Amino acid sequence: MKARVFVTLKGGVLDPQGKAIHHALEGLGFSGVNDVRAGKLIELDLADGTSDADIDAMCSKLLANMVIENYRIEKLG
Amino acid sequence: MKSAVIVFPGSNCDRDLAVAIEQASGTKPVMLWHRETELPAGIDFIAVPGGFSYGDYLRSGAMASRSPVMAAVKAAGTRGVAVLGICNGFQVLTESGLLPGALMRNAGIHFVCRDVALTVENSQSAFTSRYSAGERVVFPVAHHDGNFFADDATLDRLEGEGRVAFRYAESINGSARNIAGILNDSGNVLGMMPHPERASEAAHGNIDGARMFQGLVESLMATA
Repeated sequence: MKARVFVTLKGGVLDPQGKAIHHALEGLGFSGVNDVRAGKLIELDLADGTSDADIDAMCSKLLANMVIENYRIEKLG
Repeated sequence: MKSAVIVFPGSNCDRDLAVAIEQASGTKPVMLWHRETELPAGIDFIAVPGGFSYGDYLRSGAMASRSPVMAAVKAAGTRGVAVLGICNGFQVLTESGLLPGALMRNAGIHFVCRDVALTVENSQSAFTSRYSAGERVVFPVAHHDGNFFADDATLDRLEGEGRVAFRYAESINGSARNIAGILNDSGNVLGMMPHPERASEAAHGNIDGARMFQGLVESLMATA
């Protein structure tokens, strides 16, 4: 089975990378971009039957830093 | 004094740090590879060096903080052994939970590599006893992820408990309240982005950092 983990910065945490991307998009002439937040996508190829609790623990123990980030798990069959 | 410098794949300030420690203490620290699971018996001081451990993959310090040796460092720090994390070492200590907060990408995005002025905020710790509170010192910095972040309650607690050890004289990376270095609640763990080991001998052109190691050795010998 596969799972995708989306790691994003918590609201209110400054995202310099997102700001730089935003600036570059504007530089390319794309107007109307209100804000950009950059995050990470981590794809996990897991043994069948890996429990939700284990995937959750992988996120909270390593994949995301709970001081500054949130995560969302998407299971793909 | 028995000391150790932790070495991760990608550490690059480990040897400079060892030289600074040896100059202050007269004894060579043990260089401890990250795969080790035990610290030398009777260890007095553990230094976590700067560099780019694990290529800064995932987050700076994230992988290193989960390496085998860090479980032992965490246990030692918790029971009161002196632990100093510099630059990437500071990132490793926050990621390991020995220190609060997180170090994020510099607010200006650029890697900052230059000498910066700092104010010594707390001169009571084992690490800062040879400085005076309010004293201005200059240490080099060289980092991309030095923007200290913590929630307001944590920042207020750090300030209230005198746990801000060093503050940038002016903002260089967006750090909350210009924090450059913090102590844990018992004062035996210090994490800081600036590099005292790079300002420790005349040939460096600046010896402001030498007093950190001298003061630490003095404090540790006094309690030994």
